[in-house]
Amino acid sequence: MSDVVIYTLLVLVTLGIIAAVILFWVSRRFSVEEDPRREQLMDALPNTNCGGCGFPGCGGFANALLQADDLKPYHCPVGGNEVMKEVSKILGKEVEEKDPFVAIVRCTGSFESRKQTNVYDGAANCTIASELYSGDHGCAYGCVGLGECVDACDFDAMYMDKQTGLPVIIEDKCTACNACVTACPKDIIELWPVGRKHQRIYVACKNEEKSGVARQECAVACTGCAKCFDECTYDAIVVENNLATIDFEKCTLCAKCVIVCDSRSIEADNVPEKSLTKLMDIRAKKLEREKAKRLEEKNSNNEQIKSVSEPPKISRDAI
Amino acid sequence: MLFELQKRLKTFHKGGIHPPDNKLSATARIEEIPLPRSVTIPIYQHIGTPPRVIVERGDTVRVGQVLAIHEGLVSANIHSSVSGKVGKIDRVLDSSGYKHIAINIRVKEDDWLEEIDRSEDLIDDIPYSSKEIIQKVMEAGVVGQGGAAFPSHVKLSIPENRTVDTLIINGVECEPYLTADHRIMLERPYEIFVGTQILMKATGATKAIIAIENNKQDAIQLLSSIADDYPNIDIEALQVQYPQGGERQLIEALLDREVPSGGLPIDVGTIVHNVGTTYSVYQAVQKNQPLIQRVVTVTGPSVSKPSNFMVRIGTSVADLIAAAGGVPEDTGKIINGGPMMGKAIQDLKVPITKATSGILLIPEKETWRSEEYNCVRCGKCIEVCPMGLEPMQLVLLAKGKAADKAEAEHILDCMECGSCSFVCPSNRPILDYIRYGKGQVKKEQIK
Repeated sequence: MSDVVIYTLLVLVTLGIIAAVILFWVSRRFSVEEDPRREQLMDALPNTNCGGCGFPGCGGFANALLQADDLKPYHCPVGGNEVMKEVSKILGKEVEEKDPFVAIVRCTGSFESRKQTNVYDGAANCTIASELYSGDHGCAYGCVGLGECVDACDFDAMYMDKQTGLPVIIEDKCTACNACVTACPKDIIELWPVGRKHQRIYVACKNEEKSGVARQECAVACTGCAKCFDECTYDAIVVENNLATIDFEKCTLCAKCVIVCDSRSIEADNVPEKSLTKLMDIRAKKLEREKAKRLEEKNSNNEQIKSVSEPPKISRDAI
Repeated sequence: MLFELQKRLKTFHKGGIHPPDNKLSATARIEEIPLPRSVTIPIYQHIGTPPRVIVERGDTVRVGQVLAIHEGLVSANIHSSVSGKVGKIDRVLDSSGYKHIAINIRVKEDDWLEEIDRSEDLIDDIPYSSKEIIQKVMEAGVVGQGGAAFPSHVKLSIPENRTVDTLIINGVECEPYLTADHRIMLERPYEIFVGTQILMKATGATKAIIAIENNKQDAIQLLSSIADDYPNIDIEALQVQYPQGGERQLIEALLDREVPSGGLPIDVGTIVHNVGTTYSVYQAVQKNQPLIQRVVTVTGPSVSKPSNFMVRIGTSVADLIAAAGGVPEDTGKIINGGPMMGKAIQDLKVPITKATSGILLIPEKETWRSEEYNCVRCGKCIEVCPMGLEPMQLVLLAKGKAADKAEAEHILDCMECGSCSFVCPSNRPILDYIRYGKGQVKKEQIK
């Protein structure tokens, strides 16, 4: 009985040793030389595999970083400057500091402001609804409201507001990975720099129709009236194709454009309500002053006309 | 004798379905509707590049005058269908659901260009050469009236290394409800025969087949009796099956030839034209009349007077429906085209174009899509697909945005007949997703 146990053990141990020798040889013979820095990089990167850097996952990004001579064009939007600093330490090359970005929604056409023109009952997918049909409202530029961007978000940074039918971005969670931007068939979502004190001012509309048509389609559509353009003293606003666009590099967050916009299509994120109301008061006073001035001018004009129209009195004595 | 009667009619062999016929307007004669007050003529009514507008606001135009001239290889002229003053040239909502450039004309009298022969006399003498015919068809802006609106002169210009032996005239009209082609065969049969001969001369085909589905017995009998005078034109009755009106299916049914994937009918020595197009070709070549009017069926289960109208291009859908007795109260959807391949329209101001074969008013209780369930892998969609594709597989690939794999599965061969969505027991919007996938593949190709 004990023989059986001994033989079995012997055979198994011998087999194990042979296998170990073969495996050892194979692992030496076919071993893949891996840059030790790759592992360090993988530890440093956020490992979300979102593709925001433009490479297939964090692994792809790490490979690209290892091969790159110049690290300046590379940036991990999720990790931001902190992660890139670590990358720079590991690789010993310089990286460029970039402002953090955040996604914004350039449409405020909620259920209330845009009329429903028809009933859409096809597949619940924004691209299908917009490429084959124009959705269920008149605006061909606005949000379709079927939430493809929310599905695309890996970070739970978005949700559909049931009251307005528009996507909402949670700024703290947004990593600017670009997934929602590419998912949106109407190109409504854009990446913007987070900005000073997280304040941003942008035109929340992409409607390029003429003013009357745009207003018909949506109550908060940009009509291209250029009032904001006239108000802006920093050349930050461009009006093209009946649509105003704000250049974030030139904008100084003075918020004057927000106040003048009649259709309320300029959105001010995180700009304190106080400063807006203050601006509003200033504008109201200014308007009043202008009105008073106009009235005065009109009156004085009338007087002048009166004085001109009355024939000069000539005394008979002079003749 | 009995055996002969039971001889099986030809049809295509892969897939196909049998939706209910519902040809409500089959007995309604083609009527002209009164001239509308104004027409809106979209300049983009065909596949290919849009033409260039050559009129301006305030110009006075006559019936048949060119409004926009073709540009590029695949394009077609647009003519004025009425006489009057050109109004706004602006972007207008059309049946696609999007705004495209259209020319508005306020109608004043009915003043036709002199060279257009408006008499009803048949001219069966064809003194023109092949090149002259193609030139005339091009100038008249004739496009395929079966639905795709492909410019006809492009189809007629046969490449040098190809020959056409058989010309097929498509009078199948397999879409339920629609009767525009049926009525034109019954009421303009001689013109269609002359048109067929013109097309044969243009393409050099020695034989022509007019294909009609077996549910249009009156048309088959009428055309067969006339065909005795034309030895090289055959009439073929086909077994009723959807989508037999598709080019590839029709060629397979009649000639037992298979058009290769990504190829054209010309690759197998044949060419297919719709009967409506054939009539327009006759009008263009023999009567100098450009494509300014077409037959449109207005129908629906609760429409008070299902009818077929000869309509000027650019007339609004509202005018047409009014002529057919107005919109019934229970209407849920108004569809441009047939129930299988048509598209719901948003606004009654949408104009009739060269590709509009019917306006269908569906009651609300029939329009709602039922709830969508998971795919049960029953394979019915594969069974009915006339192109031999695997629709359920294509849906998965489209959802996963795998454009390269979808292309390898021949997603571009899908002709969007809707048979898969029609049979799906889980009510899945299969066709929507296939179109989505096709869009992805086309985007990739452009990249």
